[in-house]
Amino acid sequence: MRDVAIIGTGVTKFGELWDKSFRALGIEAGMKAIADAGLAGDEIDAMYIGNMSAGRFINQQHIDALIADYTGMASRHIPAIRVECGGASGGVAFRQAYMDVASGVSDYVVVGGAEKMTDMDDAAINSVLDATADAEWEAGMGVTFPSLYAMIARRMIHDGEATREEIASFAVNSHFHGALNPNAQFRKEIKLDTVLRSGPVADPLGVFDCAPISDGAAALVLCPLEKAKEHTDCYAKIAAVTQASDTLALFSRGRDITSFRATREAANRAYQQVGITANDIQVAEVHDNYTVAGIMALQDLGFFPKGEAGKAVLDGQCRIGGKIAINTSGGLKARGHPIGATGVAQVAEIADQVRGRADKRQVENVKYALAQNTGGIGSAATVTILEAI
Amino acid sequence: MSSVAREWREIPGRYNLVGTKCTNCGRIFFPARTFCPDCRRASIGKIEPYALARTGTVYSFSVIHEAPDCNNMQKPYAVAMVETDDGVMIEGQLVDVDLEKIEIGMPVRAVLRKLDADGKAGVIHYGYKFVPQ
Repeated sequence: MRDVAIIGTGVTKFGELWDKSFRALGIEAGMKAIADAGLAGDEIDAMYIGNMSAGRFINQQHIDALIADYTGMASRHIPAIRVECGGASGGVAFRQAYMDVASGVSDYVVVGGAEKMTDMDDAAINSVLDATADAEWEAGMGVTFPSLYAMIARRMIHDGEATREEIASFAVNSHFHGALNPNAQFRKEIKLDTVLRSGPVADPLGVFDCAPISDGAAALVLCPLEKAKEHTDCYAKIAAVTQASDTLALFSRGRDITSFRATREAANRAYQQVGITANDIQVAEVHDNYTVAGIMALQDLGFFPKGEAGKAVLDGQCRIGGKIAINTSGGLKARGHPIGATGVAQVAEIADQVRGRADKRQVENVKYALAQNTGGIGSAATVTILEAI
Repeated sequence: MSSVAREWREIPGRYNLVGTKCTNCGRIFFPARTFCPDCRRASIGKIEPYALARTGTVYSFSVIHEAPDCNNMQKPYAVAMVETDDGVMIEGQLVDVDLEKIEIGMPVRAVLRKLDADGKAGVIHYGYKFVPQ
């Protein structure tokens, strides 16, 4: 296995982008990433695309062919691979692309992530999200996707692991950073009270505990570390990308519901590969599709002991300048959550952090940055660690 | 929309809470599995049907205010994770209950109810829900 670098990033604006089609978004992100890498495009050996559900959102299957065609890669007949892994589709696509380069099979690989959600009405969108849980024995019984996270939050509060206010404060933290990101869906700070008083979705979680419905795309260009310098002085080394699985249904894990084992496993493997601990990370993007998921991630990744992450977030320790900068992009809550794009956009954000290109969101002296992406109810997780060169 | 066959083949689990037991290790699974994920190869031929206890307690719950179209008429409605008396966790709706009075630890029992329907002419889905004991 050889070392791999990220030499280009490209992210579209996230939001309700009525004037942009799925294919237009995918191409925009890809072109930005290739331009950032200083490539012409002819060098690309393969492409991977993270996408959860174009088949249901826009009734288009086979989006690997669509993107290859519209980016001009189909005329060069390079392999194009679409990856689906629920909310972790982007993170898993990134890992596949990384392995393609690390193994020596390909030299230059583009990994994209894209989702076009707003061409469908809200109720139909929600039923697509519900299908990332167990369609027969959770969604089919009337258990919605947010209600699963709500049951985790309820249990967390009951067990004294976090208060309702501490859980809600995760959204305040994400919006604080989102206000600094020109590509974010919501560029506005919010107060804790706004989260607590937002309309109920699945009690105890309200609208402001949930990531929004978004359109958007992100892309990265990967190449062997030894070739990175031929193209740019501004690149990030991929120190580790790991992936772990867990049961499809939440109920199959018995009483152990306030922690995601997939995240813990993926994180432990990543730290071990790099030879560091959670204390060595200065900035991280975590999968806050719901506020409570963000709190769990901080504990499962080892940034805070179990039962202490909520206090830290409420206390402002996860803002830029605090103990650790969490979700400098605005996270899923404020930057937006076009599902397949999320895992790739997270890595783009930490790549920009380690390359010193995060503008107003830049954290000082970043050596290691981490991204955590999950699918379903913690049924899949990827953890990426990037290192500044 | 789902086919009649998709609904029909799950009747033992949906109507009667029939899962499986691995007689190699004794672990009970719901829904039914053909294979024990703990014993794997050693469980082949040793999986038997097992009807869950229809009583248990609420492990966690949520009151749903935003629901898919098929459940729109019911909202707000409650769902719960229920730990059955044989120690198996399952999820389902909690009905015939004051939504303000649901508590963790509350004793409940399973009943057979209509779940939803695939439109006016489609399959009607039946299955378990929970009520206070």
